[in-house]
Amino acid sequence: MDLRWSVEEDAFRHEARSWLEANVPHGLPSGDTREGFAAHLEWERALFAARWSAVSWPERFGGRDASLWEWLIFEEEYYRAGAPQRITQNGIFLLAPTIFEFGTPEQQERLLPRMAAAQDLWAQGWSEPGAGSDLAAVSSRAVRDDGRGGWLLSGQKTWTTRGAFCTHLFGLFRTDAAAQRHHGLTYFLVPLDAPGVAVRGFERLDGDEGFAEVFLDEVFVPDRDVLGGVNEGWRVAMATTGSERGLTLRSPGRFLRSAERLVQLAEQNDEPALRDRVVQSWIDAQAYQWFTLRQVTSIVDGRAVGAESSLNKLFWSELDVRLHETAMDLLGEEGQLDGPWSRGFLFSLAGPIYAGTNEVQRNVVAERLLGLPRR
Amino acid sequence: MRFELDADAAALRDAVAAVLTKEVTGSVIRAGWPDGDGAVVSAAWRKLADVGVLGTLAPEAAGGLGLDLNSALPALERFGHSGLPMPVVETIAVAAPLLADARSDRLGDVLSGTAVLTAALGDSGLVPFGAGADLLVLRHGGQLRLYERGELALEPVDAVDGSRALARRTGPAAGGTVLTDDPDEVELAWQRGVIGTAAVLVGLADRMLAMTVEYVQQRQQYGVPVGSFQAIKHALASALVAVEFARPAVLAAGWALAAGVPDADAQVGAAKVLASDAARLLARTSIQCHGAMGYTTEHDLQLFAKRAWALAPDWGSPGWHRARLASALGIGE
Repeated sequence: MDLRWSVEEDAFRHEARSWLEANVPHGLPSGDTREGFAAHLEWERALFAARWSAVSWPERFGGRDASLWEWLIFEEEYYRAGAPQRITQNGIFLLAPTIFEFGTPEQQERLLPRMAAAQDLWAQGWSEPGAGSDLAAVSSRAVRDDGRGGWLLSGQKTWTTRGAFCTHLFGLFRTDAAAQRHHGLTYFLVPLDAPGVAVRGFERLDGDEGFAEVFLDEVFVPDRDVLGGVNEGWRVAMATTGSERGLTLRSPGRFLRSAERLVQLAEQNDEPALRDRVVQSWIDAQAYQWFTLRQVTSIVDGRAVGAESSLNKLFWSELDVRLHETAMDLLGEEGQLDGPWSRGFLFSLAGPIYAGTNEVQRNVVAERLLGLPRR
Repeated sequence: MRFELDADAAALRDAVAAVLTKEVTGSVIRAGWPDGDGAVVSAAWRKLADVGVLGTLAPEAAGGLGLDLNSALPALERFGHSGLPMPVVETIAVAAPLLADARSDRLGDVLSGTAVLTAALGDSGLVPFGAGADLLVLRHGGQLRLYERGELALEPVDAVDGSRALARRTGPAAGGTVLTDDPDEVELAWQRGVIGTAAVLVGLADRMLAMTVEYVQQRQQYGVPVGSFQAIKHALASALVAVEFARPAVLAAGWALAAGVPDADAQVGAAKVLASDAARLLARTSIQCHGAMGYTTEHDLQLFAKRAWALAPDWGSPGWHRARLASALGIGE
């Protein structure tokens, strides 16, 4: 047990902090709008130029070979500096881990450097109108095209984050029409400018055009853009959902920073009746940090996280809602104005829904961690 | 950075767990209640003393194990899990190291399990195990003093958890031996009591969860195990979240205290809040999931729930610690 950072890790923190302090832009419009997305793209390219866009990746793909510990440090510094949201999130944190695990060397060489450089911008194509939490219900299909050596994809994906601004989509399609549920699915990588793709952006709860519907009508995708094998899609996708629920999506630095901002807000707008809730949010952010440090030790020791990532997801998403509800109460009437806290509040409400609703996560925890019977 | 128990800590925890599993049954916990056979509890206590765990924090030269809180807390969690009705935190985390530092000649009897030692550092006048302890460490002004039982006026009181031999001080103390008057040492002893209690609470929560998970798989209603209903699954999933997030906070705070990290007291307070709230959530959820079976004194669940209700407010309630943290964070000043 040693909860101190090493001299090397402190040096890494110092380097990250200095660079972020000198380079972080402030006051960018939301990255979930067309103009804001462009501004964030510039920031992503600045991050890449200084090799901060994907610190944990190997150097040859544009990273720094940073350890998981250093990645946590970078995240903490990133949020501490008040740096912008990562519009490359779904590629770098959700798709890339899957490419590292299942991609061929050719796919890794071709896809990862462009992703790190924010040349290719990836959207997640899981959900469909009839398949939300029940991901195995996807009905979008892929039909074999032997002549051209690939597949023809048809169907509809929806609630695709920043889909109207991204260049590529990763998603699950049914390659075996006879197979049921999680069998016969394949993980495809699809350029959104391919013939037969139509994208329509639509507004999320906060009014930003952060969602899109993606319609596919016999879109040709070559064999080289199958990730992890035909009919292996469920297994491959599960690796990504583990990342999404767990710590690579939401590192503790984010909540430590939010809790610190909440404490500052409470110092300015003190309301004795709300002190308990402010402090509880601070406590919960600490708890998430300690849980994560224990979990990362476990990962570093070579143990798989598995269903435990559902515990992360339940905790951070509900912490985030409570924290923002407390901020809104501290702000009183001012809380109804458009601003960072009201926007954060609306965004926090998505947390218990995306990456598998918290109701589904509780089923996962009960059945897989506690061993309760399925019905 | 490495958040994993050291070999010493894991070995002590496992040794303690083995004895507790063998020695502490529901009937042993019940023996700690009024009119119970106290000799049964004392016998279990001496077996634990044989493992050396009572002197975990006392130096080897004084007959202890010479370990720190990183080892004491996982063992204390197991004590909580067992429900053993003895002053485990008061002895192991708080008072034995004070007696060792003061070179008290009573330490040997305490570590062998012959003399029962308790401690109460708060202002309420309530003394857990005050009705049965041979030796007591209490605050006297800015000092911590060791008293023999005969030096104090103590009146047993009825309590919800009847297994803690709770007593109230009814008069001024006479005599006693000064263990320390160093404000830093007094504060550290308090912090050790807080974090030790938090560890016990995590163990209690873990035990109630395990009992409930077992019960809802056996209990059938509407022709199926009640544990197959989502309402039950979701309640127990939330319960597991509470336990799994309290435990690392307790261990981290213990590490900070042992390492002398400047903000250790804030981490200790946070951990006590998380552990108290987790144990109370488990008490409530477990009783609910046991249905009417849980609302009886015949089922052992009540022994653990009542302990949780006793310890959640002890060594500073969640509200007390949150208020202290609010000041430390600069809110409301």
